[in-house]
Amino acid sequence: MAHAAVSSPGAAIGGAPPAALERPDFQIVPRAGLPIVAVVLALLIAGIAVNELWPLEFLHVVAGAAWTIIDLFLGFVLGPIMGKLSVPARIEFTTRLMPKMVLIMPTVVTVTLAAGWQLSTHLGTNLTVNPLHGWVVASFIVVGVMAVIALGLLEPANIAVLTELKKPQPNPAVIERLMKRFIYSAGATGALQVATLVIMTKLAIG
Amino acid sequence: MSASSPPGERRLPPVTQLGMLSLALVLVAGIYLSAHLPEHVSLGPAVALLGASALVLAGNVLALARVPGFAWGRFFEIARWALLAYLLIAAMIEYVFLRNHTSGGALVVLTLSLLVFAVNVPVLIGFTVARYD
Repeated sequence: MAHAAVSSPGAAIGGAPPAALERPDFQIVPRAGLPIVAVVLALLIAGIAVNELWPLEFLHVVAGAAWTIIDLFLGFVLGPIMGKLSVPARIEFTTRLMPKMVLIMPTVVTVTLAAGWQLSTHLGTNLTVNPLHGWVVASFIVVGVMAVIALGLLEPANIAVLTELKKPQPNPAVIERLMKRFIYSAGATGALQVATLVIMTKLAIG
Repeated sequence: MSASSPPGERRLPPVTQLGMLSLALVLVAGIYLSAHLPEHVSLGPAVALLGASALVLAGNVLALARVPGFAWGRFFEIARWALLAYLLIAAMIEYVFLRNHTSGGALVVLTLSLLVFAVNVPVLIGFTVARYD
């Protein structure tokens, strides 16, 4: 695997040459993952077209569980660990984890929402007369707040870190700043996922 | 209007904050409609929220267009792929509404809301990348 150099922060202070850090070569969007995304989206289209309970339940539960668990794990387990890693270790970890997140997160979110809406229509829980309708609307609100945080802060920071690391001379201060933003917003969405768990378990038992 | 920046960093309009506000407005419009569909829903509040969101988005892009020396090459390099991805996501959500026979004014407002959503995210991603170029 090809490697490139990143100057460590503060290394150039006092006129000393910046210390070069190894960084593995990577693709911002891993092309090998695109066919998998295409298959998942094809399954989603088929599931919605068929409109049978099991495929819709399967798609919604699998993608929703993946979304919830990734957010919780990233926000409360990996995030604090990444914050304590050395700069070279963090760069290596970032270049391996974050390109995968570029494909995984939008895919699981799209499948969860689209299959969830269809499931809700199938079960009638999106009708205002349904006793669980309030819980469904509560889930919309939680997802809406998470979407604003994820799309406004987390996703742009993810792409920006990877773009910065692709540069011939990446700026460690920029990477540090964007990584902090990524980890804090992942923590915020992780906390909101607890509310999702409460709502979804309530909806599941009826 | 400028976002707070660390010393030495050029001052930029608050594109991220305004983008998040625009996203929030359009998501509230979508939640309002989704909470009432498939039953009859008054479109007034959704149209007002969508209009406000589109105005904030337009203002955001205009404010960014006035920044001298902004890295537009890098912005479009990233934003066009993000736009493709988020148009695909918006199309999947639109498909679900069409599958459930959503029609008329509600469909128009939902479609325009999804369009504003699909444009907003690439602006946010493109800006975040290009501001450090």
